[in-house]
Amino acid sequence: MRRILKYVILDIIKNKTIIAYTIMLALFSWGTFALEDNVSKSLLSLLNIILLIVPLMSVLFATIYVYNSSEFIELLVSQPVKRSKIWNALFTGLSISLIIAYLVGAGIPLLLFSDTGTALIMIAAGSLLSAIFVAVAFLSSIITRDKAKGIGISIMLWLYFSLLFDGLVLFLFFQFSDYPIEKIVVLLSALSPVDLFRILVLLQLDISDMMGYAGAVFEKFFGNQWGLLISFTLLALWIIIPFYLSLKKFKKKNL
Amino acid sequence: MITIKNISKQFGRLPALNNLNLELRQGECIALIGPNGCGKTTLIKSILGMVLPNEGTILFNEKDIRNDNEYRRSIGYMPQIGRYPENMTVGQVIDMIKGIRNSDEQTDEELYDQFEIGNMLHKKMRTLSGGTTQKVSAVLAFLFSPKVLILDEPTAGLDPIASEILKNKIIKAKSKGCLILITSHLLSELEGVASQVIYMQDGKLIFHQDVKALKTATGQDTIAKSIVQLLKRDRA
Repeated sequence: MRRILKYVILDIIKNKTIIAYTIMLALFSWGTFALEDNVSKSLLSLLNIILLIVPLMSVLFATIYVYNSSEFIELLVSQPVKRSKIWNALFTGLSISLIIAYLVGAGIPLLLFSDTGTALIMIAAGSLLSAIFVAVAFLSSIITRDKAKGIGISIMLWLYFSLLFDGLVLFLFFQFSDYPIEKIVVLLSALSPVDLFRILVLLQLDISDMMGYAGAVFEKFFGNQWGLLISFTLLALWIIIPFYLSLKKFKKKNL
Repeated sequence: MITIKNISKQFGRLPALNNLNLELRQGECIALIGPNGCGKTTLIKSILGMVLPNEGTILFNEKDIRNDNEYRRSIGYMPQIGRYPENMTVGQVIDMIKGIRNSDEQTDEELYDQFEIGNMLHKKMRTLSGGTTQKVSAVLAFLFSPKVLILDEPTAGLDPIASEILKNKIIKAKSKGCLILITSHLLSELEGVASQVIYMQDGKLIFHQDVKALKTATGQDTIAKSIVQLLKRDRA
């Protein structure tokens, strides 16, 4: 697997889209820190930008890459290697390249301008988020043979996790505001990696008071070390489950 | 060497292979022909383990290929359309495949030299023309002196000189006792190379014959003419 992985990474980091993505992330990060004196405020703006861009880029780039590699995958399958190794190498290669882009683009300014704790959490969670959406991309690209459909599914999933899910939770919150549903909301937020990421960072910034009662519940739930551990485990599960499902399908796929 | 037993494959409702039985022996150069969509590529892909048949078994040296991938060590495959990751260089592609095979055996660099691949090792795959990409695919297929060669439209896109070089290489491999499976639409290309012909239609085997026997039976002097003759006779 390592032999394939090496060349896949070498191929992707020379890709123009990835280079543009890195530069864009860097511009946004340096920009938000330069424009605002208050670090917390710039972190919040940066958080919102990252939560939109990182998932979109990861899911779209990975989907297109997998479709464009179909003949290359065939060539690899005709060699004496297990299918799971090929799929693993592609996944790891894409994830590592996108994480490198994120680290170079957003990681460096984060470490320079914000406090180390928050920066590390943002870096770790952002890297996981990249890998999560690569896994989501693998799942949507294995569902259908049609490239346009696959990209469509990927965009829909991104839209759902980045925008719709929040709306749904908010809707539930208002509809059942007379009932004690805070705990359910906490559980629900685990169903979206984007929200998990946001909660993690907001708690780190100590502005959960601004989120009212729900914020207090979050604080209680995610605020301590166990909460941190649970949220990172959940994020990891968001990588493992979609990828495992796609791998299972890939093993039986007719190429 | 390769035994195909009652293979059937459907894509959704569409049948691609229909209860196919074949015995492919060492030292033969077999031309796989038939109209578009008759299941040639599906058959090749089934042998390579890319397509998993719904029914039937494929034996490679008496061993079932299902859940096995080591048998592919003895196969060299040249796809119809080779597309490689855009930013990989020719050298990287070759190194990667060498790494995957990880064999200590001396590689066969004859095609590599004749196609002058050494001069373009630093070129990126996306900058290569279709024919040059085919040359890289051909080099990869022959690199490890495989016992079985599966070539899907090998000469499509190659210039006449490269095409001739490849043809000579195929004949050489045959004389060394390889089993070679070629698909081609240009029957004239197969003249002098193929020793057997498999004709398929609608996923079914129409006939599998020796070229010599085929020519004597139909009284024709080329493969193309004999097949036309045979198909006409069947229809009549």
